[in-house]
Amino acid sequence: MSTRALGRRIGAQPFAKGALSSVPARIASVAFLSKVLVSRHFPDVARSMSHSALIDRRTVIDWLGIAPFMIFALLFLILPTLYLVTGAFFNPQGEFTLKNIADLFSPNILSAYWISIRVSFASSLGGAVIGFFLAWAIVMGGLPRPIRSGLLTFSGVASNFAGVPLAFAFIATLGRTGLVTVLLRDMIGFNLYSTGFNLLSFFGLTITYMFFQIPLMVLILTPALDGMKKEWREASEILGASTWQYWRMIALPILWPSLLGTTLLLFANAFGAIATAYALTGSSLNIVPILLYAQIRGDVLHNPNLGYALALGMIVITGLSNVLYIWLRSRAERWQK
Amino acid sequence: MKSTRLLAWLAIAIGAIYFIVPLIGTFEFSLRMRRGEYSFDAYQSVFSDIQFRTTFGFSMLMALFTIIFGMLLVVPTAYWVRLRLPKMRPVVEFITLLPLVIPAIVIVFGYLRLYNSSSFLPLTNSTSGTNMLLVFSYMTLSLPYMYRAVDTAMRMIDVGTLTEAAESLGARWPTILFRCIFPNVMSGVLSGAFITFAIVMGEFTMASLLNRPAFGPYLQLVGANKAYEPSALAIIAFAITWLSMGLLQLVSRFQKTAPVKA
Repeated sequence: MSTRALGRRIGAQPFAKGALSSVPARIASVAFLSKVLVSRHFPDVARSMSHSALIDRRTVIDWLGIAPFMIFALLFLILPTLYLVTGAFFNPQGEFTLKNIADLFSPNILSAYWISIRVSFASSLGGAVIGFFLAWAIVMGGLPRPIRSGLLTFSGVASNFAGVPLAFAFIATLGRTGLVTVLLRDMIGFNLYSTGFNLLSFFGLTITYMFFQIPLMVLILTPALDGMKKEWREASEILGASTWQYWRMIALPILWPSLLGTTLLLFANAFGAIATAYALTGSSLNIVPILLYAQIRGDVLHNPNLGYALALGMIVITGLSNVLYIWLRSRAERWQK
Repeated sequence: MKSTRLLAWLAIAIGAIYFIVPLIGTFEFSLRMRRGEYSFDAYQSVFSDIQFRTTFGFSMLMALFTIIFGMLLVVPTAYWVRLRLPKMRPVVEFITLLPLVIPAIVIVFGYLRLYNSSSFLPLTNSTSGTNMLLVFSYMTLSLPYMYRAVDTAMRMIDVGTLTEAAESLGARWPTILFRCIFPNVMSGVLSGAFITFAIVMGEFTMASLLNRPAFGPYLQLVGANKAYEPSALAIIAFAITWLSMGLLQLVSRFQKTAPVKA
């Protein structure tokens, strides 16, 4: 591409004219170009040139370029987290202690973690299974094209439709006077709530969470399924494998890192969520984020540093599942080249 | 093959029921306010609520600030990392992913402890300071999506050549950044902006714990006190999410069919 075309492409015409008509600017640009050429073709010369100039001025400028981002990340992401993490190991008097960590294992807090883990596990597993079948259906099911794009678009929306409104939607559907509850009662005389079902419980929360878990699974897994080569299937069929054998011996061994990794991501996703649960159950369901919310609001644990330990526990759990997810994804990508 | 297709249709049918029934249920519930007949009374009640308007406006404003400042932070950083510090890319990418790992409630807990009235940067002392902190917290939350969107758009253009061309024509850094780089990654900037908008409009945790009158805490309040309005609000919130995601799809499609134009 000629320089002129480049200039047009970046919309640089106006200043180009003015700049090249003045002699110093022209010299500067020539100097710059020669520097670029030198550094391209004679890296050693370029290196010695920059060394003979000021002490690595270029390196300093290089690092200054990302300084704003680093300062932002430090102030609003890393320092606040470190503050809590270190705070978990001190008592209010400022002495080092492991008591806060030990106190996490008191029955009240332990049960909060346990319910949180169960809800996250159930919703991520349910989301993963249903999401996998949906992704499989649009990739390999031989369905018409519009269904695929329709489902993917909808998944993009639904995976972002979380928080308070999602709780409202499920109350209006499966609550005591919700549409499905009423329809089941009036049409076939089946009283949902007499079976012990309650939307404001472990099971209700799991069903609600799955509304954003399934679409997330579909979004992440569809590319992985797209990467399954047709030749593998054909080769296995030529060798006489049944569909079951193909899945058991070829597809699943390739897919399991993606499947497991994405499930872990869904787990972390559900574990940190609070708005839906808070709007759905108020504070009646004792899950970790709600307990932490109450602690921040009014120190219900009567020990601020125990609150830090609670936060540390959350970071450890979501952090572990994310690390495992990244590791599994790097394994999965080996097949996608 | 036929059974495969049947199974696929079955999966889609189950998925469709699971996803569509709650939406129908919500919509039906929002129409039930008047006894014995369907009406849009709940919507009328929502729209005439002065608090709805103020909180909605407040969240819109916060979203706008988040998008502007977020992009001013993310685009130069992504550009600089691609141009000058490619070896720092894994580090920067890792940092941008951290908000997905650390739960929002933990981040805001840290803010409240670190920036309270007795700290080195007492942001929570004044209303404007808390608003700033809220914008920063939203920037943090949207960092993974913004950076990803901008970086993907930047992969499509040759940052190095563009910069050299602009420099050889005599452009200074602000010109390069705002007249060469920004217009060329506009599709990424827009997709990042739409997803940020969707996140900020419904966000509850940050705004609630920082005590700001945003749309998310308002939704929660209405949900705790009223019967039919929450459903109407859920439908409105869903429409907002659809709108942002629809615009996002439109932008990314536009980007695919019509690459960088003059």
